[in-house]
Amino acid sequence: MSIGNRQAAPPGMAPGAAAVGGTGSGPPGPAERQTAVRLTGVSKRYGTGPRSVLALDQVSLTVGRGEFVCLIGASGCGKSTLLSLVAGLDWATAGDVTVGGRVAMMFQEPGLLPWLTAAGNVELALRARKVPREDRRRRTDELLKIVRLDGFGAKRPHELSGGMRQRVALARALAQDADVLLMDEPFGALDAMTRDLLHDELDRICTAQTLTVLFVTHNVREAVRLGDRVIVLSSRPGQVIDEYLVPDDGPRGINTPENAALAAAITERLREEMGRHGN
Amino acid sequence: MATERPRGGLADARALAGTDQALHGLDQLELEPAQSAGDPGRAARRAWAATWPKLLAIALVLAIWELVTLSGWKHYVLKGPSPVLSNLWGQLVHGQLWGIIGTTLQTAVVGYAVALVIGSVVGLLVARIPPLRAAVGSIITGLMTMPSVVWVPFAIVIFGESFQAILFVVILGAAPSIANGLITGVDYTPPLLLRAGKTMGLRGFALYRYLILPASLPAFVAGMKQGWAFAWRSLMAGEIVVQIIGQFSIGQALSVDQQNLDFTSVASIMIVILVIGIVVDTLFTKADLAIRRRRGLLDAAAA
Repeated sequence: MSIGNRQAAPPGMAPGAAAVGGTGSGPPGPAERQTAVRLTGVSKRYGTGPRSVLALDQVSLTVGRGEFVCLIGASGCGKSTLLSLVAGLDWATAGDVTVGGRVAMMFQEPGLLPWLTAAGNVELALRARKVPREDRRRRTDELLKIVRLDGFGAKRPHELSGGMRQRVALARALAQDADVLLMDEPFGALDAMTRDLLHDELDRICTAQTLTVLFVTHNVREAVRLGDRVIVLSSRPGQVIDEYLVPDDGPRGINTPENAALAAAITERLREEMGRHGN
Repeated sequence: MATERPRGGLADARALAGTDQALHGLDQLELEPAQSAGDPGRAARRAWAATWPKLLAIALVLAIWELVTLSGWKHYVLKGPSPVLSNLWGQLVHGQLWGIIGTTLQTAVVGYAVALVIGSVVGLLVARIPPLRAAVGSIITGLMTMPSVVWVPFAIVIFGESFQAILFVVILGAAPSIANGLITGVDYTPPLLLRAGKTMGLRGFALYRYLILPASLPAFVAGMKQGWAFAWRSLMAGEIVVQIIGQFSIGQALSVDQQNLDFTSVASIMIVILVIGIVVDTLFTKADLAIRRRRGLLDAAAA
């Protein structure tokens, strides 16, 4: 049952119910787990009047605590808008956004402060949380070790490679001690080799820390590689059109036949959706 | 549970160790190889490469000056470089030139310091408060375009021929550029950094203290540099016009020498003015380069 995990939940329907039946011995649905993020009928409109743009239309989804959910869709599906709403950087026009706990965010660009060292950038996040000075140094060292950058703390961002900068950004996000980590195409600007290695690293870190992650990407293989669940969004306006559970039995990675088949199915679904706009 | 990735097993652990090693290797490959520093010959060559064009330019100016003198143009007043330079040497060794320079630089430092405080405060307020920007923003730009000499009569009317009058002109010359530099810096704080700061939980004062103000530093230094240029011009304009008894300054010396039609003294003091301007400007340029190098905003070749 290569595509057996496909879940034909219509938008708005509580996801997860069909998945339990679909995978048999699979994971419990998010309904049985504590919810970390819940969006109910969320719409976002930019501007007013006839020239306004509907970025998100009645989007409902939940992310369970400790779950890694990937959002995928073509351009204009409002993925980044959705993350901004969850992060509290922007407000929904309609609907409810509930987030259980603090939120940290990572972007496609590392967004490091160029006048601070790698350690200084991580430490600033701790300072923003009012961590006492004596704990900051120690915690910074720990975080840099987690992202395998021990020994690079004194380097400035411009002295590091793209992959290393993104790992400093990850350490900074972890420093915020958030319950939910939002990632907006964090590896989109990296070369394929670096990205593969960072997938392994992120997987390791998430497993060790039991992080809840909402991860936006354009890359189907990345979504299947990292996610417990992949949510497909339509474009203009963004709506949830499909959800897929990633098979959980066996080593993770894109190279298993199940995951390859799943990636192919998701790609097919995305093409179908893009074709709708071509007519 | 979906949260627990099926990890474990020896093969998996080995794969993970391999990933770490690969990541470390990639890090090392991507970092720039260490530069072969500590070569004194290289430093000397670089210094020479930076110096000889300047020496050549000075030689060229002196040569043209000499030629004009030799041509006999305005021969009753115009003197060549050598009498002027020997006049300058004489004034430096046993004239009152050092005292004059001291008086002027003291005014410059006090005026510039006050301008720095006023410019920073006004700049920060204007950058933060939109109605204030609408009201004052264009006035600041307008002040910058105003020639500083026109403030001198105004200052004399208010303060009389006094130290305060000169200070007033210097402050009005420098403060708008400094304020403008800070406003530009705050305006051009990269939005991505602002987003990063806000998700980090930086708000209000902390956001300014740790993010916006440091991000504005390069533009602020550029404003300070421009402010210095304006302050120096305003100071000269003020000193030439405002005569303070018992306070002999560069501008006053210039004005006295002019009345005596003493070309060599006028020319040697103008050389002093030029050199001071260049030296201070070089300091600002150095500061600017240091900041940009720290932030990786310089080309490796240019650095």
